[in-house]
Parts: sequence; structure tokens; C-alpha cells
Amino acid sequence: MEQPLNLVLFSGTDDKLQAAAVLTAGAAALGKPVNIFLQYWALESFRADRIAEDHGLAPEAGAAGRIAVDDLAAAGQASWAETLRQAKELGEVDIQACSLSMDLLKLEQTDLDPLVDGVEGVTAFYLNADEGRIVFI
Amino acid sequence: MPVIEISQSIDARGLSCPMPIVKTAQTVKAIPSGAAVELLATDPGSIKDVAAWCRATGNELVEQTSDGAVYRFVIRRK
Repeated sequence: MEQPLNLVLFSGTDDKLQAAAVLTAGAAALGKPVNIFLQYWALESFRADRIAEDHGLAPEAGAAGRIAVDDLAAAGQASWAETLRQAKELGEVDIQACSLSMDLLKLEQTDLDPLVDGVEGVTAFYLNADEGRIVFI
Repeated sequence: MPVIEISQSIDARGLSCPMPIVKTAQTVKAIPSGAAVELLATDPGSIKDVAAWCRATGNELVEQTSDGAVYRFVIRRK
């Protein structure tokens, strides 16, 4: 079986989540399984009540970066959440919340968007990652 | 060369990476083996992406042309 792509998402800003969603959709289109592990502020952005909100951009974006990102969105670029939804329809994409981060943010799985398939610990993540590469965003 | 009958057209003009490939993968998955789809895209990355996707998935890139800013690809499912 093909080795999965494993993404650890830590940052919750829209630009980093967009980059992660693009990597995920590309892998799914190639038939590569993707495991996503949501930690800290990335997990916060997957809250059902906040997923559609503005999550800001990484500090290096600056004002010009903000305009560039807004322009792309205005031109019809799919949001990161929509891109992930399509990736999940297309291929084998499993999104898990880090149980430690769930405790930290005082969340239950029912607080999360249905994009999130479950809650697991880091050991389960490593086991599923197998020999595939792990990318931290 | 036999005439290729295109069963579906995918309009990905104006869509940015990776949506042209995502839509292509979705559409090709739904057509029978041997059938072909046409993809229209404006994302310049799609030139290399479509070729790479076809190589990786075993589907055949039958045609690739460009009309100014619009790229046209014909892909036949393996």
C-alpha cells in the first residue's frame, strides 16, 4: 500500500490552513492517503461555530499579504474548509483532533466541524503515519 | 489517429491550484475506462500538474493545447 502523507497542523491562521488544504487535495487526487492531526490553534479553527470565521494570517503576511489573500478569495478561490471537504470526497483523508489539544481548549468532539473524524493521541497518529513523511505546519 | 469522443467537459477556468486537478480526478473517477474528458484551465501550474497527475494515475494525456490564457487538456481514463 502507498505510504500516507501525514500533516500535523499547529497554526490556525487561514493562510497556513489553506496551504495544508492544497497539499491534502493534491495528495488525494493522486490517490495518496492523508492523515491530518490537529493541534493547538489549528484545532481551534475547526470548531463548528468558528470554522467559517476569519482566522487571520501568519505575521509575515503583512498588509500586502492580506490584500493578496483577499483578492484570491474574491476571485473565487475555495476556502480551506471547502478544499478539505472536496479532498475528503475524492480520496482517503482522515482528520483527527489531538486529545491533549482537546483538553487544552476544553472541547468535545461535538464542538468540532464534521470534517473532523475523531480524537486520538500522538501514538495513534505515529502508528497510522507508518513510514510516510510527516509535515508540520 | 482515431477520433476521441469526449464524454464530459470540465470548466476549471479561473480556479486556482489544486482545484483543476481535484475536479479532474473527481470526473475521471466517474467515467468508464477508455472514455475521455476535456479540461479547460487558466492556472499556469496545470500544465505540469495535469501531466504529473496522468503519469501518477496511469490515465492518458491525449491532447494538450493552449489558446492564449486558456489551457485545454484531453484525458482518457485507463
